Amino acid sequence: MKLPEINLYLIAPEIILTAFGFLVLLVDVFSSKTEKKGYLGMLGLIGVVIAFFYTLPLIGSVRSGFEGMWVSDGFSNFLRITFLVIAFLTILISMGYVEREGIAFGEYYALILFSTLGMMLMAGGTHLIIIFLGLETMSIAIYVLAGMLREDRKSVESAFKYFLLGAFATGFLLYGVALLYGATGSLYLKDMASYISSKNLLRNPMLMMSLVFLTIGFGFKIASVPFHMWTPDVYEGAPTSITAFMASGVKAAGFSALIRVFFTALPGFRPDWTSIMWVLSVATMTVGNIVAISQSNIKRMLAYSSIAHAGYILVAFVAGNDLGISSILFYLMAYAFMNLGAFTCVILLGKKGEENTLITDYSGIGFKYPLLAASMTIFLLSMAGIPPLGGFMAKFYVFSAAVKERFYWLAVLGVLNSALSVYYYLRVTVLMYFREPQREITGLQFSPASILALILALIGTLYMGIFPANILSFAQKSIAGLY
Amino acid sequence: MTIFGVPILSLLVFFPLVGAVFLLFIKREETLRWVALIFSLLEFLLSLPLFFKFDTTTGAMQFVEDWWWIESYGISYKLGIDGISLLLVLLTTFLTVLCVLCSWTAITFRVKEYMVSFLFLETGMVGALVALDLVLFYVFWEVMLIPMYLLIGVWGDPKRRIYAAIKFFLFTMVGSVLMLVAILALYFIHQKATGKATFDVLELYKFGVPVGSQYWLFSAFALAFAIKVPMFPFHTWLPDAHTEAPTAGSVILAGVLLKMGTYGFIRFAIPLFPNAAYELMPLISVLALIGIIYGALVSMVQPDLKRLVAFSSVSHLGYVMLGMFAFNSQGVQGSVYQMLNHGISTGSLFLIVGMIYERRHTRMIADFGGLSKVMPIYATFFMIVTLSSIGLPSTNGFVGEFLILLGAFRSNVVYGVLGATGVILGAAYMLWMFQRVMFGKITHPKNEELKDLNAREIITLIPMVILIFLMGIYPKLFFSKMDASIDKFLKDFRGRVEMKADLPTSNLLAEIKK
Repeated sequence: MKLPEINLYLIAPEIILTAFGFLVLLVDVFSSKTEKKGYLGMLGLIGVVIAFFYTLPLIGSVRSGFEGMWVSDGFSNFLRITFLVIAFLTILISMGYVEREGIAFGEYYALILFSTLGMMLMAGGTHLIIIFLGLETMSIAIYVLAGMLREDRKSVESAFKYFLLGAFATGFLLYGVALLYGATGSLYLKDMASYISSKNLLRNPMLMMSLVFLTIGFGFKIASVPFHMWTPDVYEGAPTSITAFMASGVKAAGFSALIRVFFTALPGFRPDWTSIMWVLSVATMTVGNIVAISQSNIKRMLAYSSIAHAGYILVAFVAGNDLGISSILFYLMAYAFMNLGAFTCVILLGKKGEENTLITDYSGIGFKYPLLAASMTIFLLSMAGIPPLGGFMAKFYVFSAAVKERFYWLAVLGVLNSALSVYYYLRVTVLMYFREPQREITGLQFSPASILALILALIGTLYMGIFPANILSFAQKSIAGLY
Repeated sequence: MTIFGVPILSLLVFFPLVGAVFLLFIKREETLRWVALIFSLLEFLLSLPLFFKFDTTTGAMQFVEDWWWIESYGISYKLGIDGISLLLVLLTTFLTVLCVLCSWTAITFRVKEYMVSFLFLETGMVGALVALDLVLFYVFWEVMLIPMYLLIGVWGDPKRRIYAAIKFFLFTMVGSVLMLVAILALYFIHQKATGKATFDVLELYKFGVPVGSQYWLFSAFALAFAIKVPMFPFHTWLPDAHTEAPTAGSVILAGVLLKMGTYGFIRFAIPLFPNAAYELMPLISVLALIGIIYGALVSMVQPDLKRLVAFSSVSHLGYVMLGMFAFNSQGVQGSVYQMLNHGISTGSLFLIVGMIYERRHTRMIADFGGLSKVMPIYATFFMIVTLSSIGLPSTNGFVGEFLILLGAFRSNVVYGVLGATGVILGAAYMLWMFQRVMFGKITHPKNEELKDLNAREIITLIPMVILIFLMGIYPKLFFSKMDASIDKFLKDFRGRVEMKADLPTSNLLAEIKK
């Protein structure tokens, strides 16, 4: 009997995250209940940083391991870095927030690390079971995190709703996986592709069904219309730091698995999925943007805006060329910075027992908290796609991928949507700068960690907008050998 | 050419930004005003060497800077000016100084943010005028939006400022994003045909875009620029934005931002897609004529001084478009000249209206009457500017309008005749307005105590008056700068239009349908 080839080096970042997750739990258990637990967050940060440094040497080579179930290629490494950036910023913005809201448990940080681990598994798995395990690891951790504010009805509702609908969507996904396995007899993505093309199964009804089920399952995770119904409620109810984490991290992980599965295992079905995704993309952008206009709560508005952003990313997915996939990677990174930055501002404007998440709460803060308001403006304008910010470059690449493949109408609908979105992003700036404050917001406490997160997010957003060349070429190199 | 080791165009683009950052650290309002003035004045002085060192014998780009910005994509940081952009850059730096001056007492709150916005806006404007890379141009083009939006929204007229600011932003944005798609389409069509990935305008000039595709691409570019100009029927944002903006905002909006639209036509839309431009000439000319006559007629019935001037802009910019789309040297020369004229005449009109508004806090014509008795200096300036706007010989307006009408007559007599009626209407609404505001009896008691212009206001207006006469009496000084560039523009245009038969005829439309 031949022992399976095991190269732990290929999963070093994942191992480190797991270890630190447990470490945080252990330290929490053996520490006294009354003291402040800021160091747990620090421990999490250290874990993320070490995982980051173990990812760096993996960049630049394509190596698979664990009997071909796992691959460490450019694609997974780019996403690893994206996830680690997201986790790092999330922990930073959480440190003050969880103290304020009284949810500073060790589990909080451990679950963030575990769910980041799940995201990484989704990006690096080349075997459907690994991808599924990653998805579940991520999702279950997030279900718990969403309900962390146990005293708050909305938070509990949010967790429960996310769990029920998530479980339902997972069922679809699993059904799709089962059908795929039934038709091809394998769970390895590459083997499926070669089996399908060698047996000419492109009109196989089982595979067609599985394509639909997979689309639904992943569509739920990336919050594309019409599988988006959970998003606003969950994003509104969850602790704000977790909302930020979900909107950037879960979306990125969903896209990574979607790309990996569709482009590696089902390339032959591209004409079929292209037309499905075309419709989904337009619907997602349009519904997201139109509904966002009428929101009165900033978290809900950002939720709908995040739906719209999934739509823009789908534009590149439809284009499906090298440019498209690398622009998705670029977009996910840029979106992580601007989205986490915007949510950081939302957190900073709140205080214990007073979240200040109504959009009208932003009235007049422009001249009262000039730096906070200016940062918020930069993040919102970046999401609206105004140069020279990261969001503009991201949209520029996404739409250029579509134009290159001659999806002119898709690109036109995309940019018009982008213009539409300007309206609700501007509305916040209108309130901040053009209106007088409706009521006094005083006594805000800016924790140093969240200030640091804000600065990092600002640097990221500006850097990706003004000097995008480096990250773009990194993204372009990262997709080599993906399909 | 470099100054202190920095290439001059980059210096001109980023110097105001440095000023804006510098202002952030200043607290006292009076100091803020002075520092902003010094920065804008220095910027103007720095831009003067362009005028004197400019080589008038060539129509090629000068002071070119060319570095990669995003190399893998063919996006470069390429700057350069020719005779057309040279004068517009100077107009921009010149008007910014006056804008800072005229805001001295008019802006009483959030002075720092105001001045920062203004200098930031200057970076965007100069950048858009000197950019020779489509993506770089687009970036600057959009960057201009934010500070202008803030200027209207924060310091505008309290009643409708927010409405006007959002309308301004959204109108421009919709046009621009479609232009972005067209830029990308052009890039890929060019890349496919030549194998070279570039957004460099000068490279793209040489490329003959398939005629069928030209219509689509030209339409997208033209829409973006037509909204900015604004051409009828996309002009509805302009009266609101102009009326609600603070005085300096109106001046810069009329003086420079509207020129971005006409400049966009002459730099991008026409040379990149000459065949489509040539074929669509009747459409654009007719829209320009409608703008001329409609703008004039609507001006006549405005009760609000600022709105009157705003609609007169629609009319004046109609001339610019009419001249440009005559495609002969008189027409285009007149068109470029009229861009400058409009910046100066209409800019001055807004300054003058702003001065009386600051005193009386009303802009209604009916509230005035007989002002010439109490404010003789003001009346003199107002008269000169009014006559320049009408186009009286020996003022700048005459030269521009005359050349445009000459060009229009040469290309199509009907256009010329209709365009000329606009001149008559223009005289009618301006003089009638002047009469109602300045002459007759003082009907309103408040008007009797009005103070005449102070030294600062006179200093603001004198450069304008000097330019009005200089450009009217000795236009050669300016034409000599732009002649070579306009010749090149027309030569390239004619060459490409006649070459049409050789161009491939594959069609974007067919590709879309496929």
